[in-house]
Amino acid sequence: MSKSCKLLFAGFGGQGILFAGKFLAYKGLIEDKQVSWLPSYGPEMRGGTANCSVIISDEPIGSPIVDAPDVLIAMNLPSLEKYENAVVSGGKIFIDSTLIDKKVERTDVDVYYIPATQMAYDNNIKTLANMIITGKVLKEVEDFSLDNIDAALKKVVSARKIELLGVNETAIKSGYDYEG
Amino acid sequence: MSEKVLMKGNEAIAEAAILAGCHHYFGYPITPQTEVAAYMAKRMPKIGGTFLQAESEVSAINMVIGVASTGKRVMTSSSSPGVSLKAEGISYLAGCDLPAVVVNVQRGGPGLGGIQPSQSDYFQSVKGGGHGDYHNIVLAPASVQEMASLTFKAFDLADKYSMVSMILADGTMGQMMEPVSLDAGEVNTYEKPWALTGTNCERKHNIVNSLYLKPEALDQKNFERYEKYKTIEENEVMYEEYLMDDAEICVVSFGITARVAKNAINEARAKGVKVGMIRPITLWPFPKKVLNEAADKCKAFISVEMSMGQMIEDIELAIRCKKPVYLCNRVGGMIPTPEEVLAKIDEVNENGGAF
Amino acid sequence: MSVVFEKPKSLTDAVLHYCPGCTHGIIHRLVAEVIDELGIEGKTIGVAPVGCAVMAYDYFTCDFVQAAHGRAPAVATGVKRSDPSKIVFTYQGDGDLAAIGTAETVHSAARRENITVIFVNNAIYGMTGGQMAPTTLPGQVTQTSPYGRDVETVGYPVKVCELLSNVDGAAYVERVAVNNVKNVKNAKKAIKKAFQNQIEGKGFSLIEVVSTCPTNWGMTPEKALEWVDEKMIPYYPLGVYKDIYAEEEAK
Repeated sequence: MSKSCKLLFAGFGGQGILFAGKFLAYKGLIEDKQVSWLPSYGPEMRGGTANCSVIISDEPIGSPIVDAPDVLIAMNLPSLEKYENAVVSGGKIFIDSTLIDKKVERTDVDVYYIPATQMAYDNNIKTLANMIITGKVLKEVEDFSLDNIDAALKKVVSARKIELLGVNETAIKSGYDYEG
Repeated sequence: MSEKVLMKGNEAIAEAAILAGCHHYFGYPITPQTEVAAYMAKRMPKIGGTFLQAESEVSAINMVIGVASTGKRVMTSSSSPGVSLKAEGISYLAGCDLPAVVVNVQRGGPGLGGIQPSQSDYFQSVKGGGHGDYHNIVLAPASVQEMASLTFKAFDLADKYSMVSMILADGTMGQMMEPVSLDAGEVNTYEKPWALTGTNCERKHNIVNSLYLKPEALDQKNFERYEKYKTIEENEVMYEEYLMDDAEICVVSFGITARVAKNAINEARAKGVKVGMIRPITLWPFPKKVLNEAADKCKAFISVEMSMGQMIEDIELAIRCKKPVYLCNRVGGMIPTPEEVLAKIDEVNENGGAF
Repeated sequence: MSVVFEKPKSLTDAVLHYCPGCTHGIIHRLVAEVIDELGIEGKTIGVAPVGCAVMAYDYFTCDFVQAAHGRAPAVATGVKRSDPSKIVFTYQGDGDLAAIGTAETVHSAARRENITVIFVNNAIYGMTGGQMAPTTLPGQVTQTSPYGRDVETVGYPVKVCELLSNVDGAAYVERVAVNNVKNVKNAKKAIKKAFQNQIEGKGFSLIEVVSTCPTNWGMTPEKALEWVDEKMIPYYPLGVYKDIYAEEEAK
């Protein structure tokens, strides 16, 4: 049976929502999967809401729009409130618990609370909460792994900021190892 | 085949244009196509090409006319309100029989409308858009890969037939990223004896012009142009058939909605509903023949589009109204969900195609 | 028999369609003489406007493209950017250049686009039969200002040279006239300089030629030439409005 994973990353503009999605899409591409990445777009405003749909699949992808995610990554409260009920039954929700106090009430989904923003501060990588939470996604979602994270990061970290490769990797691994 | 890279649809169009030999681009910022201009602004200076941000879409399309009249490959891009502004220039390109590529990454309308994806410039694109009798070749990509490959195709067709090729995309296609292989293959070159290259005092002057004050001459010119269009309708139709072999219901959809429809068709098939899809890749020339043939086998058609029902008219014309055609649509930047399309398929299926 | 006067090489044998007494013929000739003298006929590409000069493409022997109303500078921009070694000029009237094409005019100047613009100002829309132009004088009677141009309701004429003199990108802007021998000679000098500038890569040059429209002004050709002196030139003073290279030399 072919497999497909539909992810929705959501948060504020500036949190690296699109970047994290792009990283996962590239990782999928490197692993010979079919991938699509679709950002929300709107009037340009720092701090506005941002989300992106990512699909990683063994089969050609039909619609790139993720209305009913298998995996939701929520990095602010409005995003959690907006998409919590859209997640499929049996799906997974990843929450940045530093920024979101609310607990998920649904019982038919797996929920992971990661204090990603706090961890980022503690590790002096404060812009990388997105990659910490992505690390946890790699740990918990079936068929995801730490394989090829170097190669995928090289595709998404711009050449001008090549020195950031290492900290991105650190962030992913610290999320991966987080046991909450 | 070159290595696959993840690219936004807008960027794929820009890079494909450059690979197709387009070294002149004129644009103006408008959401959701601005990445095309930004990409060109970065790349053109590095290859000795021209990127110019014009003072308006009107000026941009007229700069396109200038380059096209010299015989070189040239492109402009915009989104719906901007393409309305370009309509005058597109009509002149048609009247002068000049090749050029125009990209429309559609957003909702009318008026300033919205900035989210739409397909409501269908009529404007396939029926002409500006004044006078003319057509553009209209290509409708449904993936980032097609944003690139249909851009190669657009330049080739524009030169081959000396006319405007339009890429009719939408905000989703422009903004999304998918793996894309940028391989232009062999780029054909075409003789352009009419091009303004300076007479060098060796030949009679070339004139690029759309003015014919004698009605007999303009009449003749239009008939000649429509002979060319007939050839294109015979030779250049492109479409994709999906699960049509035994289909009783035929979905017709292009661009992003064709992908949404595919999800719905797969779900319907899983329930045993015999539904397939014909996806026009060229919206002009429209795949009339294959649709008309499908009408002899299918009991009903469903047009899935992000407009208030524009393509549906061409479907009805193509099948000579032999079978009912139903509309499944969202507009204003809303994209139909697979569930909505599935519900329409179920409804048509349950009613046996007759309401 | 010696030839004492002949048609410039750069003009075709086509018979001009302009009305009797219209000064377009003189201006065409001046442009053609300049092209001949500079030896650029084979590499010049003209851009024709919408207006009386729409068929300029039939009168010059160089390659030509006909542009939509007001868009000639944008089309010229494309032609020039396609091949900067070509000499590109537009030939436009007042409605074309100073009304519908104002943006194209100002922005091609602002970009210091290396083109030459010949701007024929006769204060009226000639081709459509004599309507009010952006340069129609206050009080002037036209088909669409039948009681005379009332500046209270329709505003003031646009003074193109004065306007462009404030555009940093414009290199050379001069207003000339062709209503007498002395003015014609000056006009030719200015037109030649405008083409010479382009050859030397000096950027945007515009020559405004104060012209006549005896037919739509309702005057004899002779009276029209006098009217230029009496009415037009006082409102549109002749002279150099901008010449950045002369300014630099003066420093």
